[in-house]
Order: sequence, then C-alpha cells, then structure tokens
Amino acid sequence: MKVRVLAFARVREVLEDGVRSLELREGARVADAWSALAAEKPELALLASSTRIAQNGRLVELGEVLHEGDELALLPPSGGG
Amino acid sequence: MIAELTARELRRYSRHLLIPEIGLSGQERLATARVLVVGAGGLGSPVLQYLAAAGVGRIGIADDDVVDETNLQRQTLFVTSDIGRPKAEAAAERVRAINPFVGADAIGARFEQRNARALVALYDVVLDCSDRFPTRYLVNDACVLEGKPDVYASIFRFDGQVAVFTRDGPCYRCLYPEPPPSMSVPTCAEGGVLGVLAGIVGAWQANEALKLLLGIGEPLVGRLMLIDALSARTREVHFQRDVRCVLCGESPKLDDAIEIRDEEQESIEEIDACELRAALQEWRLLDVREPHEAVLGVLPGALHIPASRLDASLHELDSAQRYIVACRVGVKSRWATRRLREAGFTRVRHLRGGLLAYAAQDESFAFF
Repeated sequence: MKVRVLAFARVREVLEDGVRSLELREGARVADAWSALAAEKPELALLASSTRIAQNGRLVELGEVLHEGDELALLPPSGGG
Repeated sequence: MIAELTARELRRYSRHLLIPEIGLSGQERLATARVLVVGAGGLGSPVLQYLAAAGVGRIGIADDDVVDETNLQRQTLFVTSDIGRPKAEAAAERVRAINPFVGADAIGARFEQRNARALVALYDVVLDCSDRFPTRYLVNDACVLEGKPDVYASIFRFDGQVAVFTRDGPCYRCLYPEPPPSMSVPTCAEGGVLGVLAGIVGAWQANEALKLLLGIGEPLVGRLMLIDALSARTREVHFQRDVRCVLCGESPKLDDAIEIRDEEQESIEEIDACELRAALQEWRLLDVREPHEAVLGVLPGALHIPASRLDASLHELDSAQRYIVACRVGVKSRWATRRLREAGFTRVRHLRGGLLAYAAQDESFAFF
C-alpha cells in the first residue's frame, strides 16, 4: 500500500523533500514507515526520539496501523525564536 | 478591574472599538491585561509591536541578551544603533514609544528555574518567544504549575509552529515529551531562519494571545498550526492531553519547574579560537560540519566527518591522536566532543564558538 509522507523542518532537510510517497506492506504501522525512511537516511536516527508523527492530521503513537492513502506528517521539534 | 479609557485612548483604538468582538469592553480588558513575553528576538519583535499597538496594559519583556548585528535581519523591533544594548531595555523603550499607554517591564535577568514561576505568576498570559529548548520546557512547566496559558511559537528556516497550551488542553510536554539531543535540531544561529518567517509566525502568536485576553474566537488549544513559508501552506495537527505526561498527565512526576539539563552549559575541555593556530601544531582539527556548511571555509589538514555520520565513522579516528573538534558555531561540535568521550577518546577538546569565532581572529580565513 502507499502512504503519503509530509516532512517538516529538519526532517524535510534530511529527506531532501517535503512530500513523498512510501510503499509499505499491508498492515504496516507508523513505526514501519519511519524505519523505511531511516534505512534510506541514517541521519534520521538522531531525530527519532524527538520527532512526533501525525496520521491524517492527528498525532499518533508509533504502533498505530496504517491504511492505503494515509497521510503522515513528520514533526521534529523546532526551538528557534 | 475596569479601565476607564481616556478620550485619546478611545481615538487611538477606534478601529478596534468598531469590531463587535472587541468593542469598548474588549479594549478595556486589554488595558487591564498583563502579558509576559519570554525572549525579545525574532518572534518577540512582531509580538511586542502588535501587543503594544493593541493596547495591552502591561507587558513584561524577559531577555538577558544584548542586540547583535546578526539579529537585525529579522528582529525588526531593533534598529542599527541598538547593537550592543540590552534587549529587554531596548525593547521596553520601543514598546513605550509605540504606545505610551502601555507599561513595559524590562526584565534583563535570564528566565530560569529560580525566577520562572514567580515571573509567570505576575502575568495573565505568557508568550514563549524563546530560542532554546530548556527555556521552552521551563516556560511550559511554570505556566502549567501556575495555571497560566502559554502561547507557543517556534521557527526554523521556512517552517513555523504555533499552539496554545491552557488548562483545558494538552501542554508542550504532551506534544514533545522529550527534548531533542542538542545537535539533532539546529538553532537559528546554526541552521538559519528566513527573516520574514519570524514576522508571519509571531503575528499568529500575538493574535492567539489577544484572543485569549479578549475571550473570543477559537484558541489553538489541542491544535498545532504548521506554517510552511516555502510552499505557502498552513496545516494543523490535532493532539490531546497525554495521560502519561510527566506534568499534566494522570500521575504527574514534576511538581516544580525544573530546568532541564542544558548540554550547552555543561563543561567540557575547550580551547579558545585565539589558541587554535598554535594548538594545531600538535592537535588535529576534526571538522564535524555537514558537507553543505563545509564549503564555506576549510582549514588545511583538517579531518572532515559530519556530526550526523560520526557514530558510523568512529573507526576512521585514531584513538592515539589528539583532536580539536569544531563546527560552525560550536553546538554540533560540543555534542560530538561528548560523543567521542563516551566512545573512549580521551584526547579531545572542543573549539569554543566554532569556526565562526576563529574567523573573527583570522582575517585570511574566508568564512561567514
């Protein structure tokens, strides 16, 4: 199945793109989506503990099950002011 | 308390008085309101200008820094002749100049554990315009414990976030329970920020504070607003109070506002930029800047391993060699120095202030 990934701030820069699509197996969870991206970009590991993820506009935990067409937003904290 | 507005004030605020949601009673509420702005920087600039213009009765400005030339690209509250002045003082002066009906408290002390709750207790609404994570957690904690709303915003390059944390909804720790490792998320000084983004996001933040004071509209409670200036899109993400939150969850573990460990302040062995040249006779420079930063000036003989790849590249380092670890401004390199020490490298020192500090000493070193 395909999910759409929106990346913000530092995560966008690591992924080098703000929007992308990700192919995952049926039944995959939010954590699997993150792992797939981290396998591609090892620098994401540093952001893993602090980045929150929203599924279809709602903040979720890593165990949440994904569905075809879901939109994930990767939201690292930003401290600048 | 009812504020009796004078004829001059009525004239000044006439465009507010014409809006049914504000009107005379709303304007009087603003005149008796007290607001604390933590951080007079990129966000603090538009926030202070709009809160002052709107006629908020008393505005506290907490900032222990001085105006620096690199601030002026986005901190529109200040002018060139303010360089070197304490920000709280310069900002308070500007606020009074914008609107003499507003009282401005210049708080030149650092907002920290020992004064956080006492300061927050003096005001009705707090705006987090700070630029470091320990302060953001401290503002949140003090607000939750004192029962005050925290109007939060942050900026990075082209991205902004805004949210309102009140008793009725989740807090900053429900959104971000854990502060990030210090090198993983660059500050504005390290990563840069689009000047106008501070204005866009700060204006949203000021708007949320005014809504809370007036008791109108729908506050951004339980919603994180995301502003992307590059694609000109805004989005929102809904979130709820986290039952596991250490501050506002079902079994809170924090009962006082405690400043989180600030890795920036921890002591590690350092050398000053003026000592670098001589030290490189015996020590090798380990440059941990990312590749896109390292095009800006490279010292001969330096070993270049980006901080993001340090863990995977430890085998490239020689544990018998002495290293001076450096990055652009000294944040990533501090993290890298600690990481190397944890990995058993004992002969490592950190270049205080980074290559930027070195460039200030050596005119032949092209850098910005």
